[in-house]
Amino acid sequence: MHDAVKTLSTDVLVVGGGGAGLRSAIAATEANPKLKVTLLSKVYPMRSHTVAAEGGAAAVTMAHDSLQAHFDDTVAGSDWLAEQGVVDYFVKHAFDELVQLEHWGCPWSRQQSGEVQVRRFGGMKTERTWFAADKTGFHILHTLFQTSLKYPQISRLDEYFVLDLLVHDRHCYGVVAIEIASGELVQIKAASVILATGGAGRVYQFNTNGGIVTGDGMALAYRHGVALRDMEFVQYHPTGLPGSGILITEACRGEGGILLNKDGYRYLQDYGLGPETPPGQPQNKTMELGPRDKLSQAFWHEQQQGRTIQHPQGEVVHLDLRHLGQRFLLERLPFICELAKAYVNVDPVKSPIPIRPAVHYTMGGILTDTNCATSIAGLYAVGECASVGLHGANRLGSNSLTELLVFGKVAGREAARVASESHPAATEALLSSLTEQALTPLKRLHNSNGTERWHELRQQLAESMEQGCGIYRSEAGLQQTLSTLNQLKQSYQQLRLGDTGKAFNTELLHALELGFGLDVAEAMCQAALERKESRGAHQRQEPGLTKRNDEDFLRHSLAFYQTGSAARIEWQAVDTSLSPPAERRYGGQQQPDNPPKESC
Amino acid sequence: MPTLEMRLQRYRPEQDSAPHWQDFRVEYDDSTSVLDALEQIKAEQDSSLSYRWSCRMAICGSCGIMVNGVPKLGCKTFLRDYPKGLQLAPLGNFPVEKDLIVDMSRFLEHLTAIKPYLIAEAAPQGQPHRQTPAQLARYKQFSNCINCGLCYAACPQFGLKPDFLGPAAIALAHRYNLDSRDSGKAERMAQLNSDNGVWGCTFVGYCSTVCPKGVDPAAAVNQGKIASTLDGVIQWFKPAKEPRNKEQSK
Repeated sequence: MHDAVKTLSTDVLVVGGGGAGLRSAIAATEANPKLKVTLLSKVYPMRSHTVAAEGGAAAVTMAHDSLQAHFDDTVAGSDWLAEQGVVDYFVKHAFDELVQLEHWGCPWSRQQSGEVQVRRFGGMKTERTWFAADKTGFHILHTLFQTSLKYPQISRLDEYFVLDLLVHDRHCYGVVAIEIASGELVQIKAASVILATGGAGRVYQFNTNGGIVTGDGMALAYRHGVALRDMEFVQYHPTGLPGSGILITEACRGEGGILLNKDGYRYLQDYGLGPETPPGQPQNKTMELGPRDKLSQAFWHEQQQGRTIQHPQGEVVHLDLRHLGQRFLLERLPFICELAKAYVNVDPVKSPIPIRPAVHYTMGGILTDTNCATSIAGLYAVGECASVGLHGANRLGSNSLTELLVFGKVAGREAARVASESHPAATEALLSSLTEQALTPLKRLHNSNGTERWHELRQQLAESMEQGCGIYRSEAGLQQTLSTLNQLKQSYQQLRLGDTGKAFNTELLHALELGFGLDVAEAMCQAALERKESRGAHQRQEPGLTKRNDEDFLRHSLAFYQTGSAARIEWQAVDTSLSPPAERRYGGQQQPDNPPKESC
Repeated sequence: MPTLEMRLQRYRPEQDSAPHWQDFRVEYDDSTSVLDALEQIKAEQDSSLSYRWSCRMAICGSCGIMVNGVPKLGCKTFLRDYPKGLQLAPLGNFPVEKDLIVDMSRFLEHLTAIKPYLIAEAAPQGQPHRQTPAQLARYKQFSNCINCGLCYAACPQFGLKPDFLGPAAIALAHRYNLDSRDSGKAERMAQLNSDNGVWGCTFVGYCSTVCPKGVDPAAAVNQGKIASTLDGVIQWFKPAKEPRNKEQSK
């Protein structure tokens, strides 16, 4: 059925239409308006999962704040595993990018004076999170999408699914994709390719992510030999709804919401985050405004000790917003009120919201340098699919929306620069042979006589990841999950599709996504297994491994794909040139401010 | 677990000459959404069923469908509210591509046509504009559109005349026209004043009833008619080259 492969050609190809993809497409076209920029996405851009980000985007804004403080919070939040040069660049460019969004029309929430309003966020020493009510990602995404319509040089391939990259001799020449509506195959030649495909949270059972967040770009680059960095660091957001995992924003706590266990006790004070603050008077980096890793870990301990609350859809604790009052909640958290009512039948004005941790974000991703370049010439990665080195072992809330903008611009500019230079042309024979190879998995799926079904395999993958590679991990649990993944990979070879049609064959797409997910999940587990310490979002239960061990593990993990066997893990030094490793402290134990440094 | 009868419209372009109905029975509880039920069918009964979805939380706008003839988001519609069963069909007024998936390209063309981006004179260098909460409140509601297309499925005019810009596109044009930072109204009025613009609307108002986000596109269209009338009157008295929307942009 794959006799005809259409061909297209462009200068810069952006894969993924979320915040990072759109920002880089605009940056590429602004860097060189003569270039043809193509934005390809498996969904219409405004469906991308950036849309679901709620709380806000961080940038130093207030007179009493400083770049040094944002840098320090991010580095401490990362448990010293962030690349400090990258963090330094990020904090310096954050404000300008949020202003750029404002100039493009983003409806940021305002103070009475007309100045932009900022709110508190977890792990941040000062209020610096810009927001658009509690739909910040939605407004950023739509602002970027609508702005992109201004540029005739940006053409879109909506609802195209990338099957593989065209890579030869460490050089990327484009991609092979499937037009979802027709099932037609298309080879797209490009001078540079930017992967902006988002995270991989759907490899877990309980997650805040949309169905499309399946690790596609990570697996594509990984299979071609690019390292996935720091994949063991998977963020559990402390407040998801039971059952669905739907995100209840951290802004609830930034605005003064409190967390209660079954005794109505604010348990976070028992986990190094106290002293207790009066309800409705939140203090930065204290209690409910601790970082996400510590809050999710505190839930786990409460559950172990039987202090969580039974809910028809599992164990929960309560997020109480009642003391904030109806008027304030409708102004600052209208979407949360809507979600709580629709999905757990709770009116936050009158009752606490049941919540539990849910997988939210992959700190790790495709290894890039500070210019978002991968180890393959012409291939870039940006946003959640990438690891430029900003988040280390734990991301602070509201740093990732800003990341999409700051590094989206860098990726677009760099990809445009490379596309503007002369570059080696691939022969048609080479491209067609690469395309032929890229179609192998598709042919196997279509011709399979097996009996396995994607849905059952996907379910086992998600359950197994939750079980063995969750908030707390152990060697035995990780080995068990790795062995399950290995079996699932065998079963995957026997996958059979019930839908043999070409048009909108979503079963085929789910099967391909499952293949990507299995590879990404394995990288997560293998890195988690070999990181024999506890740092940030990666916590080991075995005696001797429950503490951070800088001597052996103040290093990034790099997972390399191995055909037919488990990922190979290498270790990479961390840039700690600006802030030497120290203990993370929150609540009443916070360290005094660092003296300002030259670099910030 | 109780079960419920669901009747789905099926259409596979490669084998069906026309859409037809197929019955399924699904298990459900208090929390089961229409989207959950579709996932259940695809996983356990018929893997060839196709529908769009992603976020599961009524913000990505993917999963618009007709539920018993009414445009709804599948993820925010619950089986508990339909004890007598449900009938699901693709969004009305759009061409069907496969099963519950429709062709949204006309919608996107309309969205693009109204220049949905800030057209502004020089912005303050390196600093945000000032915009008071009152100025924000003028347009905020119209910026909450998730592009789900439910209002187009509800619009009899769009059904009759697909060239009609339609509720969401007009609401979005209105959103930018009302933004204190924008001075592009004159550029948008050409579209809004045309036969396919605000005057195409016969004010049925059903678009606002079905909107899952309270955007109230009917109000935008109606306010657009007032703006369009004023625009016509002002044009009548003013030299053509002068920007016509200064007073609104302050």
